[in-house]
Amino acid sequence: MKLGFLVDLNLCMGCKGCEIACKVENEVPLSTWRLRVKYIDLGTFPDTRRSFTPLRCNHCESAPCERICPVSALHYLENGIVNIDSDRCIGCAGCMMACPYGAIYMDPETNTADKCTYCAHRIESGMMPACVVACPVEANIFGDIEDDHSHISLYIMEHKGAVQVRKPEKHTSPTHFYVGGGNATLNPLAHQRIEGFSLFNDITHLEHVGDKNHGILDRFLAPFTGHHGPTDNASFIESATDTESHEQEGGH
Amino acid sequence: MVESTINATQAVVTLDVPIQGLVWGSIITVNMWAKSIGTGVVFLAAFLWFRHKKDEMPNLRWLMPVLAFVSLNVFLLFTLIDLHQPYRMIHIFTHPHWTSSITVGAWMASLFLAIITILMVIGVADAFPGLGGKKCKLTAIARNNSGFYEKIMPFMVFLAIPVTTYTAIIMAQSSARELWQAPTEVMQMMWAALMAGSAALIFISGSWSKEARKDLALVLTFAVFFSFMMYMGEYFFSFKSSEAEAVLAYVHSGGAYSVEFWFGMTLGFIIPFFLGMSYMKSENMTLLRFAAILALVGLFLVKDVWLKIPQMLPLS
Repeated sequence: MKLGFLVDLNLCMGCKGCEIACKVENEVPLSTWRLRVKYIDLGTFPDTRRSFTPLRCNHCESAPCERICPVSALHYLENGIVNIDSDRCIGCAGCMMACPYGAIYMDPETNTADKCTYCAHRIESGMMPACVVACPVEANIFGDIEDDHSHISLYIMEHKGAVQVRKPEKHTSPTHFYVGGGNATLNPLAHQRIEGFSLFNDITHLEHVGDKNHGILDRFLAPFTGHHGPTDNASFIESATDTESHEQEGGH
Repeated sequence: MVESTINATQAVVTLDVPIQGLVWGSIITVNMWAKSIGTGVVFLAAFLWFRHKKDEMPNLRWLMPVLAFVSLNVFLLFTLIDLHQPYRMIHIFTHPHWTSSITVGAWMASLFLAIITILMVIGVADAFPGLGGKKCKLTAIARNNSGFYEKIMPFMVFLAIPVTTYTAIIMAQSSARELWQAPTEVMQMMWAALMAGSAALIFISGSWSKEARKDLALVLTFAVFFSFMMYMGEYFFSFKSSEAEAVLAYVHSGGAYSVEFWFGMTLGFIIPFFLGMSYMKSENMTLLRFAAILALVGLFLVKDVWLKIPQMLPLS
C-alpha cells in the first residue's frame, strides 16, 4: 500500500476549510501551518482570475528530510507516509533546510520539527485525513495509489497527462499530485510577490508564542528553572488578553 | 498592480504564508568559521613539519592542538546552541541515522576532538615540564607517552579532511538550497580551512624561522586567491537551478546581503592577497598579522552571506 494525495485545482475554491480542519485536528500552534492555501492572481485587468493551491507535505518516495534527519525522527511508515517522531527530534532544522517544498516548521510549543503526516493517526483508525473530510467540493482525493481501483488511481488515470507534481526536477518523487495546476500555480518563480500589495500580507508572526523557554539561554536553563513542559494554546490565549503588549509587538 | 507582474504569466501572489525565514543564521556561521580554524591549523602544522625542522617552530607542537581544541569546542558549542532541543544531542549517538551527514559529521568531529585533546595534553605536558607538579599523574602519563603524538598525528591529519568537508555534504543534502552544491562547497570548505588555519598560525609565528613564516604567508595568499576565484565563479558564472540563479540575481542587483558580501570579499580576500604578496618581498610581520585578521573577519562575513542568501528562495 502506498498512500497518495491529489488536489483538483479546478474544483478548489480557496475556502481554506482544509487549512482550518488541519489546524484543529492536529492542534497546530498559532503562526505555524501544516497545510496552507496559496492564492495567486492571474491575467491583466479586467481579465483576471484567482487560483488557489493547497500546499502540504508531499510525502516523497525519496524524501530529503528523511535522509538528512540525524536521529530518524523523520521516518517512513509502511503505507508510505513520512511520519515524524517529536520525542526523537533534536531540533537541528536540517529537515527544514532539506525540504524543497517548505513543508516543515518548528513547533513553537515543543521546539521540534513538525509537518503534515496525512493525519497518520486517523488513517490508522480507518478514517480519512481531516482536510479531505472538510473539503466542501471534494477537491482533495486521498487513497492507495498502488491499488488500480482506488478513487485516486482512477482519478489519475482519468486525467492522464494533466497530473502534475511540485518541483519534479528535485527528483524527490512526491506522492502528492495536482490536477488543473499550471506553471504559474506550482512554480515559485512564475509569479511575483509585490510587497505592500498582497492580501493579508501584513502577518504578525507570533514566533514561539507558547514557549517561554525559547531563548537560547532559556533552552539550556529550562530543566533547572522549574519549567514544566511546553505551554499549550490555551495558556497562550490566557496570556493574549494583554492586548497592549501584543500591539507593541506589531500585532493588531 | 498587475502591470508589474511577470509578463509571461501575468501572475502575482496575493496570499501566501511563509513558514520560515532564516532557519540557519549566524550561529551556524560561527560553527563553520570555528571549524575552519580548528582543522586548518592541523593541515598547516602538518605542512610546516613536512617542510621544515621542528626546532624552527618550537611552540607549534603544543600551540597547534591548543588552538584546534579551543576552535573545535567553539564549533561544538555553537552546534549545540543552534539545536532547539539541545539536551537531545545525545540521540545522535544513541539513535544514529547513517544516511545523514549531520550524524556522520558529529561522530567524526567527536573523534577528532578526542584525538586533539590527547595531542594537546601531550604537547602541553612536554612544553611545560613543571606543570601540575611531580604528583600529577596525567602529565606524567603524557610525558611518558610523548612519542604517541607523532604516531597519531597522520591519522588526525587524515581525519581533518572529512571533518572539514562534511558540512558541505550537509549543505548538499539541504536540497531546498541550490546554492550549496557539493563539489564546489567541498572545495570552498577546504580553501576556508587553509585560509583560517594559516591566518591563525600567523599570530603564533613570531619566533619561527623566516622560511616557515614565508610558507604561512604563501598558503594564506594562495588560499584567499583560490577562494576568491571560486566565489566569483559561483557568483557570476553559476549554472544552477533557476531558483538559485534568481536569488543570486537579486543579490547582484544590490539586494539584501550584497554590501556584506562585497565588504567581506574585499576585506577577507582581496586585501589579504596583496598584503600576503607584499610580505614575500618586505617580510613585514605587522602587515602579515593585519592580513591574517582581515582574512578571518572577511571569511566570517562571506560565509555568513553565503549561508543566508539561499534561504531567501521562495519555496512555494
